Amino acid sequence: MSMSRDRVKILIVVVALAVVALLVPHATSFVILLTTRALAFSILVMSLDLLLGFTGLASLGQAAYLGVGAYLTAILAARYQIGLGYDFWLVVVFGMLGAAALAALFGLLATRATGVYFLMITLALGQCVWGLAYRWNSLTGGDNGINLQHRPKFGIDLANQVTFFYVVLGFFAVSLLVLYTIVRSPFGRSLVGIREREPRMKILGYNTWLHKYLAFIIAGAFGGLSGVLWAHTAGIVSPENVVLTTSVDALLMAVLGGAGTLVGGVIGAGVVLFIREYLSTLVHWWQYVLGGVYVLVILYLPGGLMSIPGRVRQWRGAAEFGSRAELGGSSALRVGVVKQRE
Amino acid sequence: MTSKIERRAGLLTAVCFAVAMGAMPAAAQEELRIGFIAPMTGPFAQVGKDMNDGLSMYMEEVNGTFGGTKVKIIVEDSQAKPDTAVTKAKKLILEDHVQMFIGGVLASEGYALAPVSTAEKTVYVSSIAAADDLTQRQLGNYPYFIRTGWTSSQPHQPLGQWACDQGYKKIIAVAADYAFGYEVVGGFQKVFEDCGGKIVQKIWPPLGTKDFGPYIPTFKSDADAIFSLMVGPMPLQFPKQVRASGWTKPIIGGGTSYDESVLPFMSDEVIGDVSALQYSAGLQTPKNEAFVKTYRAKYGKVPSYFSESNYTTAMMIDAVMKQTKGAWPGPEAFIAKMAALKVDAPRGPVSFDDMRNPVQDIYIKKVEKTKMFGYDKDELWNVVIKTYPAVSQFWTYGKDAFLKQPVYSRDFPPCKNCE
Repeated sequence: MSMSRDRVKILIVVVALAVVALLVPHATSFVILLTTRALAFSILVMSLDLLLGFTGLASLGQAAYLGVGAYLTAILAARYQIGLGYDFWLVVVFGMLGAAALAALFGLLATRATGVYFLMITLALGQCVWGLAYRWNSLTGGDNGINLQHRPKFGIDLANQVTFFYVVLGFFAVSLLVLYTIVRSPFGRSLVGIREREPRMKILGYNTWLHKYLAFIIAGAFGGLSGVLWAHTAGIVSPENVVLTTSVDALLMAVLGGAGTLVGGVIGAGVVLFIREYLSTLVHWWQYVLGGVYVLVILYLPGGLMSIPGRVRQWRGAAEFGSRAELGGSSALRVGVVKQRE
Repeated sequence: MTSKIERRAGLLTAVCFAVAMGAMPAAAQEELRIGFIAPMTGPFAQVGKDMNDGLSMYMEEVNGTFGGTKVKIIVEDSQAKPDTAVTKAKKLILEDHVQMFIGGVLASEGYALAPVSTAEKTVYVSSIAAADDLTQRQLGNYPYFIRTGWTSSQPHQPLGQWACDQGYKKIIAVAADYAFGYEVVGGFQKVFEDCGGKIVQKIWPPLGTKDFGPYIPTFKSDADAIFSLMVGPMPLQFPKQVRASGWTKPIIGGGTSYDESVLPFMSDEVIGDVSALQYSAGLQTPKNEAFVKTYRAKYGKVPSYFSESNYTTAMMIDAVMKQTKGAWPGPEAFIAKMAALKVDAPRGPVSFDDMRNPVQDIYIKKVEKTKMFGYDKDELWNVVIKTYPAVSQFWTYGKDAFLKQPVYSRDFPPCKNCE
């Protein structure tokens, strides 16, 4: 039963990606642009979900890794003209390695703590990166940031919006696949175990610190990838990309979509960016809509938007059997039940 | 099970179609469409409102037409973030097919928007964003860019001369720690020191600082004056706290330290403080008096330079469109025609140098509590005490010599008299 349900989920995601790939290029240029932005940013959100949803570590500094990838891309391109041809792939690798290296450094400090302390340490470390971006004028351009005049060209020209959209979609799909493989691996299962009850995992002989540390580094690497793509999507890299609110955005998007679901990240990113960048061009009270969505989801859908199908199933089941008491509900609720049983 | 999948897939397809169909065909091109990018939310929302009110006031005066052509203004909220400004500019170009866009507040927004204008071959008129290099060393990258506002250093170079003429020898500079602050202080310091003065101390509080307590005790007591550059919430606190600490010597400031976006909210301790800008609501000309009275009656507040600059920008675009009898001349011709304009704005006569930055009068202004233009209450006004006529962004250095030096920064001019 569980296998077939997973297959169904995978099938839905594949169909959804195919539909996006087929339909979006026929939309207006602005819709293509927004979709590209949402996909690039949602890689960061998924990387955060690996920590938040699967390992139980709420990080408030994830934008730092996006920053490393983005600044690396911008500095290499603007100063040394690196990464504008086939060497774009090299920059992708550098961006991921650079962000992973920073995560390896920060992780030494951060993963020693849990809960609120982990939140505070990641916040502080993230702000260090912001401080560097803001104050190291000779390297980062300070407050003005760095412009990227051109997108890479290697056989295909990424300046073409549709081509670039497909490239970002490709990166997104691969990231999703890799992250999904990771969370389904024994390693990923251990992370969930740590999330549920770390002492029990320790007693079972797992090196829980190492698990968390590795998860932190992997999340950093994908944050870096998101940054490389973001730099070329936006065309400008500025301290705004690494400031606290960007980290908070990522966290809210992950929670909104549904923590511990990976694809929830892209839904959260899509909804928030759509409201902030599309709805705001139509009405001036978009902020109330965004606030309302946050409040309603937190109040009524603690499992995020991804828990809606589960909720619907639960509701239908309740109607069929005429009894609500027997039902498990969404994955997030099930987690709650498991916790209570312990 | 299969039917469930199909149902789900069907739903998804429907949603995606809806998104795709949201794409509407472009409107016909008989009207002039102008995008206006300003912060409507966030800490700079008040400034964005002033900008928008200035523009709206001109549009109402001409019944929404330029040279007989209907004008559609499409306002977008930049949230004062460069990233968002770029997205909104692209929306205006791709979705609304605007012929030009106006706006951007922060220097970082200007730097972010200018490349968009080049890439999309769309005119960008910067009414506020003052980053020096956009019309100096980097202008070559931006053929569709023109500025109707000012460069950060433009009013502060004359202020440096004025300070020197007052006999000040040693001045402390206290400025917000970002590019705009560096350029303002740089312009002031260059001229002041070339004239024989000395900047003896430079202090850079972070942007948005509200408590200057840690900095005030470090001020050198033998200085003759303080030069401050405050923005956003900073100007309301700085003079208050410095005066409360017992500092009795003069405080002078960059334009945004005392402009009318903050002056009405200040209290009497700023009386006597001096600043410089290309506009003052207290400028006593018939044209400005009429402008201030109409604006105040309409929007309940004295106009700031943010208001005036956007009013004048609309006036300039109108002047070009009158020349072409309402026909859009294309981006290249529009830029050329606009750069050749000479207009009589509320701020005074404005023309352009060959790097598409305004040449305009710079006013040295002193805060006074007085009755102005027949209003019956004593209020704080920026009273003009000296006018430097037709000031260019290069001051008296000449374009070539000026462009040879690096852009003003935290390290240039170096603080050679700091200990």
